[in-house]
Amino acid sequence: MLHRYLPHTPEDIAEMLAACGLKSLDELCADVPDELLLKRRYELPEQMSEKEVRDFFKSLSDNNRRLICFAGAGYYDHYTPAVVKSVLSRSEFLTAYTPYQPEISQGTLQYIFEYQSMMTSLTGLDVSNASMYDGATATAEAMLMCVAASRKRDRVLVSDTVLPQVKAVLATYARYHGIRLDVVPEAGGVTSRDHLDRMLAEGDVAGVIVATPNRLGILEDYTGLADTVHKSKALLVMNAPASALGSIKSPGEWGADIAAGDAQSLGMPLDFGGPYLGYLCATKALMRKMPGRIVGATVDDRGQRVFVLTLQAREQHIRREKATSNICSNQGLMALFVSVYLSLLGARGLDEVNRVGYAGAHYLAKELEATGKMSLSYPDAPYLNEFVMTTVDKVDDVMAACVAEGILPGVKLGEHEIMIAVTEMQSRRDIDRYIEIVSSL
Amino acid sequence: MNRECYGKLIFELSRKGRGGYRLPSNGCTPSVDELPEVLLRRTAPELPEVDEPTVVRHYNNMSTNNFGVDTGFYPLGSCTMKYNPKINEEMAADETIASLHPYQPSATVQGVLELYYTLQQTLSEIGGMSEFTLNTYAGAHGELTGLMVIRAYHAGRGDDRRVKVIVPDSAHGTNPASAAVAGLKVVEVKSREDGTVDVEDLRPLLDDTVAAVMMTNPNTLGIFERNIPEIASLVHEAGALLYYDGANLNPLVGVARPGDMGFDVMHINLHKTFSTPHGGGGPGAGPVGVRKGLEHLLPNPRVVKKDDGTFDISYSDCSLGQVTGTLGNFAVAVRALSYILSLGCDGLDMVGRLATLNANYVKESLRDAYLLPVDGVCKHEFVFDGLIDKSGGVTTLNVAKRLLDHGYHAPTIYFPLLFHESLMIEPTETESKETLDDFIRVMHDIAREAAESPDVVKSAPHNTPVGHPDDTNAALHPVVTYKELIDNVQQ
Repeated sequence: MLHRYLPHTPEDIAEMLAACGLKSLDELCADVPDELLLKRRYELPEQMSEKEVRDFFKSLSDNNRRLICFAGAGYYDHYTPAVVKSVLSRSEFLTAYTPYQPEISQGTLQYIFEYQSMMTSLTGLDVSNASMYDGATATAEAMLMCVAASRKRDRVLVSDTVLPQVKAVLATYARYHGIRLDVVPEAGGVTSRDHLDRMLAEGDVAGVIVATPNRLGILEDYTGLADTVHKSKALLVMNAPASALGSIKSPGEWGADIAAGDAQSLGMPLDFGGPYLGYLCATKALMRKMPGRIVGATVDDRGQRVFVLTLQAREQHIRREKATSNICSNQGLMALFVSVYLSLLGARGLDEVNRVGYAGAHYLAKELEATGKMSLSYPDAPYLNEFVMTTVDKVDDVMAACVAEGILPGVKLGEHEIMIAVTEMQSRRDIDRYIEIVSSL
Repeated sequence: MNRECYGKLIFELSRKGRGGYRLPSNGCTPSVDELPEVLLRRTAPELPEVDEPTVVRHYNNMSTNNFGVDTGFYPLGSCTMKYNPKINEEMAADETIASLHPYQPSATVQGVLELYYTLQQTLSEIGGMSEFTLNTYAGAHGELTGLMVIRAYHAGRGDDRRVKVIVPDSAHGTNPASAAVAGLKVVEVKSREDGTVDVEDLRPLLDDTVAAVMMTNPNTLGIFERNIPEIASLVHEAGALLYYDGANLNPLVGVARPGDMGFDVMHINLHKTFSTPHGGGGPGAGPVGVRKGLEHLLPNPRVVKKDDGTFDISYSDCSLGQVTGTLGNFAVAVRALSYILSLGCDGLDMVGRLATLNANYVKESLRDAYLLPVDGVCKHEFVFDGLIDKSGGVTTLNVAKRLLDHGYHAPTIYFPLLFHESLMIEPTETESKETLDDFIRVMHDIAREAAESPDVVKSAPHNTPVGHPDDTNAALHPVVTYKELIDNVQQ
């Protein structure tokens, strides 16, 4: 036996070679110039049994520490319902390719259609694609859409209050794509509207990118923003963690043209960075500028309602260098994750997720302030479930004390600034323990 | 399956007052309603209200309308649909890994950092490269990042004239699309009849405005580019870099390394070569590798091993920048490493050879009925230009759809664009001789049927859960959400 994944017996190999008129496996490599042939095995261990593979990963896993997670900054610790894991493990979903053959891919196509329906409703916009890689790349694609839709304009404004990792990816895509990306300064934790007005007046702006909640957890009041942006003939892009949209005003309600962000907060495991899912939704007017797969409903030749990949003339496999994006594989299975998660929770459940987070966060903030060791950095700013604290002690010391007790106290923003998130995952005991540790610093 | 009862959308199963969740409570009293009204949603999102058993039955029934590698043979050319080992899934589902926040202090995530670093090193050995990043999310994302590396390299030398990328006309669509997103102009080089690049066609295109040449090897016809050393030296003489599209890496596993062929930058599709499931269109991963001298340009953040043997996450000012929010699709990397360890150096040594054997066996067994435009040994895949006997009017599309009736996924069709009736077959190494023999028999049956009763083939598929969809209607009158669907019915 060669290997448990390789069915070939020596007899099979001999018969198959004979059918090809060949004598040895080496002859199959005769087209590779001799000097290019690797005449050794890789410098890697020999094949392992399943038990040994398991032991290997176990030994690594023992060097990780599971902490009670008050960290956020774009990625949140939410509960993953057992049903989601069960459905995602169905191998008909898991081991399928992109649904190129609709007759045998209705499962994939239908969940993408359901996903699109849910995300458009959540964001308050008209169309969604089948998913992007993550919130940062989805926002970068939104930036490319703005420039493509404007035709001649090459300048995009991003608020300084957008998450740093999103700004970083925007900067990279902009630099290489030839987009002038200018940062609108922050004032008092929110986007400076004075600066924005001035920068818009300078002209040539194809799009403006803002966030809700922003990178400090603050819910900015964007009243009038869409009008201002549209008056300059620019598009408004709003970045938001998907779960928050169950309760806070949606990008569509604010008048945004595009919503882009991470859907990780819809119960996806943190998984040390992924896989997550970037969502991208837009107004109907921008549908043909959307990157990636889009699923539509139609009928088959038997008169049944069916789903297909549609509007493919936008895509790389048809349009090549003129495509709206280079995206091919996206985060398909994670779109199924979203569909199942939101089916279980519904609008009420998602709102409850935010209510539990809000209650815990506001309780924690108040009690942390009461310790005298921390104070809210933006005391008057409204927030949902995440806030920034200015600390008396160094954040590193807070971090060390908490981690020693099994708590990840937040994300360090500066020597004396920490951002703290609360979700349904931290019990009252966890929250009170956190407060105790801080007060005993 | 019974579509009448189970073919509904989840929205159509919704009943007011139902739900499939219960949240834990933290007993804290502050309420969202304290927020200024202007910041709150005016109307609740229209999401279904469904109980848990209904959700489970709905999605499980949907899955039976799908075809995966676990269902049956999936000879989809260029996609390397090999078996996705089950142990990989278990390793990726580790509960501790699931709980790790990407911004957790390095000291608390040494295990995952070591795992990431180990796969980085392993891919470098397999690709013959100096260093890899695992941050990139997919093959196309790898291409884009690789081209950014190349642009950063030229910019670092103060050379800003290089604005072009040369791509063979047989290349995957993502190649030119990635070049365009990276701000580069695409120049196509015609390929010869066997899809290989003619050195004499390439030579005049190579001037000091060329940043890179992108190639796959073997090419999209499954033919090994024998001239690759010469092409590499021409490209390098012109001051450009050579990019390797890893979509076709599988036949080279255990056989040859892109780095040894003179490629400077490459990506690997972990969801092809290294068996991570394709998930109906992702999540995949497209790690990018570079040769010596380009390591500092790889995207931030990087996982590094420190002198004291511990691991850390680092950001460098020399880097091309950040292309991802985090360190990438980490759980996909876990699966790939699990696969590589399971096979080991001895198992991997057979992967490319057996993938090549399977492809040649199918090709030689079917060339009496299907038109083989390029003769000779192929690598992991090959392309037929439709049936030899086209008198019945049966097209490649018809053959593909008839295969669905027999319980197979269709091959890739109408790609590459070099032939009118392209039918691209990639069996992969995890298929047994019996599976291939059955497929060959069915392909012969279809060829016979195409001559004797062509209408049966032309009207295929007959046995699938749904029939042929009206694509034209879908594109002319796009209905892309449930809301539009019910609005349409009401009109």
